[in-house]
Amino acid sequence: MHIIEYILPEIFLSVSILVILMLGVFIKKSYKLVNNLIILSLIFTGLLIFQQQNASVKIFNDNYIIDNFSVFMKILTTISCIFILIISNDYIKNTKINKFEYPILILTSVLGMMIMISSYDLIVFYMGLELQSLSLYVLAAFNRDSIKSSEAGLKYFVLSALSTGLLLYGCSLLYGYTESTNFEIISKSLDPNNIISIFAIVFIVVGLAFKVSAVPFHMWTPDVYEGSPTSVTSFFALVPKIAALTVFIRFMYVPFINAIDQWQNIIVFLSVASMILAAVAAIGQSNIKRLMAYSSIGHMGYALAGIATGSAEGVKSSILYLTIYLIMSLGTFACIFMMKRDNIFFEDISELSGLSKSRPILSLGFLILLFSLAGIPPLAGFFAKFYVFMAVIQANMYGLAIIGLITTVISAFYYLRIIKVIYFDKSKDSFDENKDLGIKVSLFISCVLVVFYFINPSILTDLISLININ
Amino acid sequence: MNFPILSILTFLPAIGAFFIFFTRGSTKNVEKNSKNVALFTSFVNFFLSIFLWYNFDTSTAEFQFVEDRSWIPGMINFKFGIDGISVLFILLTTFITPICVISGINSIKNRIKEFLIAILIMETLMIGVFCSLDLVIFYLFFEGGLIPMFIIIGIWGGERRVYSAFKFFLYTLLGSILMLIAIISIFWITGTTDVVQILETKIPAEYQYLLWLAFFSSFAVKLPMWPVHTWLPDAHVEAPTAGSVVLAAILLKMAGYGFMRFSIGMFPVASDYFTPLIYTLSIVAIIYTSLVALMQEDMKKLIAYSSVAHMGFVTIGIFTLTKQGMEGSIIQMLSHGLISAALFLCVGVVYDRYYSRLISSYGGLINVMPKYALFFMIFTLAALGLPGTSGFIGEFLILVGAFQVNHLVAVLASLGVILAAAYMLWLYKRVIFGTIKNSELKNLIDLNKTELIMFISLAFLTIFFGFYPDPLLKTINVSVSNLIENYETDIALYLTQVEQ
Repeated sequence: MHIIEYILPEIFLSVSILVILMLGVFIKKSYKLVNNLIILSLIFTGLLIFQQQNASVKIFNDNYIIDNFSVFMKILTTISCIFILIISNDYIKNTKINKFEYPILILTSVLGMMIMISSYDLIVFYMGLELQSLSLYVLAAFNRDSIKSSEAGLKYFVLSALSTGLLLYGCSLLYGYTESTNFEIISKSLDPNNIISIFAIVFIVVGLAFKVSAVPFHMWTPDVYEGSPTSVTSFFALVPKIAALTVFIRFMYVPFINAIDQWQNIIVFLSVASMILAAVAAIGQSNIKRLMAYSSIGHMGYALAGIATGSAEGVKSSILYLTIYLIMSLGTFACIFMMKRDNIFFEDISELSGLSKSRPILSLGFLILLFSLAGIPPLAGFFAKFYVFMAVIQANMYGLAIIGLITTVISAFYYLRIIKVIYFDKSKDSFDENKDLGIKVSLFISCVLVVFYFINPSILTDLISLININ
Repeated sequence: MNFPILSILTFLPAIGAFFIFFTRGSTKNVEKNSKNVALFTSFVNFFLSIFLWYNFDTSTAEFQFVEDRSWIPGMINFKFGIDGISVLFILLTTFITPICVISGINSIKNRIKEFLIAILIMETLMIGVFCSLDLVIFYLFFEGGLIPMFIIIGIWGGERRVYSAFKFFLYTLLGSILMLIAIISIFWITGTTDVVQILETKIPAEYQYLLWLAFFSSFAVKLPMWPVHTWLPDAHVEAPTAGSVVLAAILLKMAGYGFMRFSIGMFPVASDYFTPLIYTLSIVAIIYTSLVALMQEDMKKLIAYSSVAHMGFVTIGIFTLTKQGMEGSIIQMLSHGLISAALFLCVGVVYDRYYSRLISSYGGLINVMPKYALFFMIFTLAALGLPGTSGFIGEFLILVGAFQVNHLVAVLASLGVILAAAYMLWLYKRVIFGTIKNSELKNLIDLNKTELIMFISLAFLTIFFGFYPDPLLKTINVSVSNLIENYETDIALYLTQVEQ
């Protein structure tokens, strides 16, 4: 293949962003058209990426990598982005944020993520990160008339800028010390015992931990999730996590692989802290978006536990965890988008009261997804945790495994609380019947995958076993 | 055998539940159809399991009807198979489920469709527990049972149903978590989670103690053993009648089955080491919970505490590691499955009519409900282990086993039999005998046809196996002998290793 063919998806994405932006400017009331075009272009990008499977090349002076890992993560990104656009469509229309800039911003952030995922060089990585982050700041503040949304955007911007600053500082230390920005060269010339390299590692880990919202760098998450429009929240909860986790894995296992003794404990701490804090803090939440924020923090904690093992199995289990987490959260957000009466969307958990009587099928979907998020067998969420703990115990990290499983029990409590509200409490007025087919189909797909995952769990593991980090 | 009878047995109820889920139409039609589907699937399953028992070869201790499918390649196989021990528990499950369905149809008025779905899913998960020959598969079914049970208690339960449902769920989940860690550790120690292979390869003795404790934490909560039994009275009291029946008759037996299959089979050295712990906890359970049961004012709570005491007998019997003790435990579990189910149904009958579970609100029921009084009498006597009922066979064999091993344990356990007589007969006297003080009780109607059918079938089996336990003993005989033989050779091997 020619070198251009490897970067064709990114080129196609950039061109379609520019073309669709022009269309949006010149055609009035173009949201619907733009949205559909963007879904189409995402599908096409996905197909282009799919063609690169089993490739393993580094292009542009080894600064950009195309391998199974990046291909898998990019496909995950496109698929979850497509589904997010589909399920949030109804919400966007009803809350009058149906401006054509919205899907275009999503697309630019996806482009940034693609670049992050494939980056094999500090500068390329940083470019991708900035492109992604800048789009996300605007998205968080997209509902201009809402004070909360503006606050969320600003908060996200300030904190994220700070963390990016730390990250950049780490990068510059790394460059100053190893005289290169290329991951492979860094990995060769990095002396794990040198104090400067340790500083660099710590700064970079802090920056990345902010991106995956691991405790103690999670402070922005609940506020931003709550303040942003729900459509943006659902996007935040799923898509950026993929790129962030990819970069996390790439950093730890390529440039820093020799310094595993230095970063392992840091990540174990991040993981344990995320699991515990998320489990405890989520108990008191009454807003379902805030609860999902803490839930995502907790789930990232489990994914980090896989990375912390330092083994190939651990990384694969993290990727698998992420994949299953995406499926479950997608369905959960589809449920959250259906929480509306007379075209007003609700975020309070108490609004779900007695839903099982008026909307039995929606409630069943919610029930399945929540039990799965809690990790109860035989649903998919259990397998996600199972693989992670397989890897963790293989690495003899029993303490991490026990803490992780105890937090599973604590977090089961707050998922059960929602189920209790839906099934055991007195019923309120019914929610609107949702006419949107896309959201129903997405919810259905997600539930079916979660319930029937146990029949053939090897499909996903086979796919992920193709991934080779080094 | 090519015909996958175990998979069919396991997943047929789930398929039934699936059909019920998709029934549409007017409320009346939906209810009628879902009742029919539930009855049909549960009865078909019962006859299938009879067929299974009929074709079961009692002369071998090998696992039979084995199904082995690749599931997660290189790691876990989806393996099903039964031996003499599990086949009877499968029968118990398929026998109790139709009774639960009937009882549910009889007494549950709202959301019957969802209830039947939950019961059928529950049946799938319970049969799966007894069929699975792989630790991970076992765990899937074992834990999966929490979901439908949580729903059953929470939706159709009594006043404090939410509290009880949460307590049940979190308690058992916490107990099982350690078992998951142990299962994964076993995988890394032996390279497999296939039970048959693990039984052959043996786990090194130094690992056994911690692994045993991890499994113990899960089974002790589920069984339940003192002092982690506190979820049981709450769950039993608040659950609807059918839910209590499933809980008492089958869910508790999963733990006893687990002790036999996993704790003793896989960790013989640790089982030997921890036997005094089991004895102590069981004795405390028998005496303490019997005393607690004496003082209960709530009928369901009394029966719940008596369940804990009866389960104490079961653990003693298992850990005597004698043939009589083991066989007694299995018989005791089966008969407790029948008797406790019947007793909860007895409470359910009066609760459906008078909406009270308090002993003090009744009295003199013999005057208005003679048939009910008769059946309640049979089950009361069976629960206290009167000769001629299945309860006697179990307790007798357990005590025979215990006397061979430890006199003190046997004597203390025998106290439990006396205490059982005290609380059961006193309960019976207060509810049934005497004159009617409460005039509202005079309008109570005696058992109707469906209730009679349930009680007759339960009473028949209780008495039949009380006089003629041979079919049961014949089925378990070889498997139990094999289990004990393996255990003894393992211990002997370990002792020689230690000497060297």
